[in-house]
Amino acid sequence: MISNIIFLLVAAAAIGLFVWQIRKISKNINLGYDKDISDNPGERWNNTLLIAFGQKKMFKRPWPAILHFFVYVGFLVINIEVLEILIDGIFGTHRVLGFMGPLYSVLMAVNEILALLVIIACAIFLVRRNITKVPRLAKGVEMRAWPKMDANLILITEIVLMIALFAFNISDLKLAQLAGHELPGAFPVSAGLIDLFGSDESTLRTIAGFGWWFHILGIFAFMNYLPSSKHFHIIMAFPNVYYSKLWPKGKFNNVENITHEIKAIMDPSYQPPAPALDAAGQPIVQRFGAKDVEDLSWKQMMDAYTCTECGRCTDVCPANITGKLLSPRKIIMDTRDRMEEKGEHPAIFKPNHYKEMGVERVKTTDENTLLRGYITPEELWACTTCNACVEACPVNIDQLSTIIDLRRYLVLEESAAPASLNAMFNNIENNGAVWAFPASDRFNWADDLYVTVKG
Amino acid sequence: MSEKRLIKVPTMAEYAANGDTPEILFWVGCAGSFDDRYKRVTRSFVQILEHVGVKYAVLGTEESCTGDPAKRAGNEFLFQMQAMSNIQVLNAYEVKKIVTACPHCFNTIKNEYPDLGGNYEVIHHSTFLQQLINEGKVKVAGGESFKGKRITFHDSCYLGRANNIYEAPRDVLAALDADLVEMKRSRANGLCCGAGGAQMWKEPEPGKKDINVERAEEALGTGATIIASACPFCMVMMNDGVKNKNQEDNVKVFDIAELIASAEGLN
Repeated sequence: MISNIIFLLVAAAAIGLFVWQIRKISKNINLGYDKDISDNPGERWNNTLLIAFGQKKMFKRPWPAILHFFVYVGFLVINIEVLEILIDGIFGTHRVLGFMGPLYSVLMAVNEILALLVIIACAIFLVRRNITKVPRLAKGVEMRAWPKMDANLILITEIVLMIALFAFNISDLKLAQLAGHELPGAFPVSAGLIDLFGSDESTLRTIAGFGWWFHILGIFAFMNYLPSSKHFHIIMAFPNVYYSKLWPKGKFNNVENITHEIKAIMDPSYQPPAPALDAAGQPIVQRFGAKDVEDLSWKQMMDAYTCTECGRCTDVCPANITGKLLSPRKIIMDTRDRMEEKGEHPAIFKPNHYKEMGVERVKTTDENTLLRGYITPEELWACTTCNACVEACPVNIDQLSTIIDLRRYLVLEESAAPASLNAMFNNIENNGAVWAFPASDRFNWADDLYVTVKG
Repeated sequence: MSEKRLIKVPTMAEYAANGDTPEILFWVGCAGSFDDRYKRVTRSFVQILEHVGVKYAVLGTEESCTGDPAKRAGNEFLFQMQAMSNIQVLNAYEVKKIVTACPHCFNTIKNEYPDLGGNYEVIHHSTFLQQLINEGKVKVAGGESFKGKRITFHDSCYLGRANNIYEAPRDVLAALDADLVEMKRSRANGLCCGAGGAQMWKEPEPGKKDINVERAEEALGTGATIIASACPFCMVMMNDGVKNKNQEDNVKVFDIAELIASAEGLN
């Protein structure tokens, strides 16, 4: 009875803490400006099914995709057992879902096989990160102490949680065998290890109890660690894919304020709509482009919380491949760090605290803004807008939209484009061409042009 | 021997003066109008248009930059100025269908003009050529033979990833009956030539290598003697990359329209 009450209190505290952290994150995301993304729900659900649930884009790289798929399906299926653990914990029952009979057996069997696969996959992931050092996971100025530790912590925790599950199942199974009754369910892995902990009943009870408590407390801790971690993608991947852009990747958004200004220039009778008002009734003066996180949309903020730091974007970035400073992953990680510095931060991760850990980052200034304080013009100007990063991202993050918004601020608010680009702008303004040729020569290509007439 | 005929390229203004409208507007673009190398692509494409007898026109001196490089560089103001004045011209001529040999012009007019009031059917010349070949209007015969020649196609980002056009240029090349080889990074995984995002008009940031050299090495690695492209800026970058590797005598960069015009014996 006491253990039921303790369990209930712990569960309530864990869930309460989690909700409190989620509220902070939602507040951070809403630092971004409002943008209506409610069109085409059918297409959005379709993307969510294929890309988020189906992990379609992961399979561009088959081996990590298969291993990741084990962990993902393991997570989903094992959660059914977690539900049972919750019910057992609250009501003091034992394997309450056992009434499902053969279905329960299948479920438990699949669970055990997946748990074993999760252990294997996580072990291979640890090797890839720490021994073979896959470049996209090990290199890059943004991969400082915290991201590396974060990744290892998660992998080790997952392995330990699975081992706790096995410890519970093995001793539970052995206890049932000793008592001469049959345990509901089928346990292909634990059955083979049934004698692992001997046959002393009280030891077995302790191990079963410990395994059970460790697994469930581990899950509560893990849940509250999530908001501080790249592992938060297990939640954010779904809304982020749902709200990702549906139009062709080549289409960049048109800045609406500018459209009104130009319409007014071209037609003096044009009346631009009145600017939106803030809470105090003052018109909101929006910057052109983005200098800091609040100049980005909430979707761009959500991108930052969805990032798993897998580095697929940086791995295919032509600028990064050829040694330039730009790393699309850093753009997204910087956005998250800056957002948590400026807004709220979750329970564990405090970006300022970790800012200087590890290798020296890109040379920034002391300006307390996303632009220059985190992301430098040199990084931004190295982008070829080729969309390789956007194409590579398994969770549909749009790194390019943030790069373009930061560029827009540099050009429109600071006139801080490289001189050669300013020359190109001048050419377009003066003669309607990117090079300094007079508009009157534009048709000269057609001079003395012949075609062979074929019979 | 077949004879040669002088082409008088028709303009929208001439059509309008006669109270007529052409079937398509050929949007030439800055590179197609001013870049010496790409002017040859424009001329090849016009030869094909004349050969198949499609009713087309160009804007001539009324054409202006689409604003693409300004937009990618962050100059949204200049982009929208260009876009809106171009839309005024296009709408005044009641243009319905636009064909262009530049993926940047294609992407901008097709995707970014509609929000500003410019709604047209926009086709890239790779798709247009694919249609002409499929309809039998271009036979890909009677000129230079490419049989057995090794050709690799370099995907333009603004055609490929930006607009999911991967097959049209490959289908066009397949009609040449050549030996098509793919680079390791192709289609959705294609590597940029390094010119996009207004990089064409600036020096690259400090790094260990130029992007076009990295890409040219990959193209040369296929053993192809022709690198086919479908974008004026890719063409400049790939040409420079090939020169950087001192391979310009062995490997040539051609636009798909040049290859077709030449295989058809039009030049």
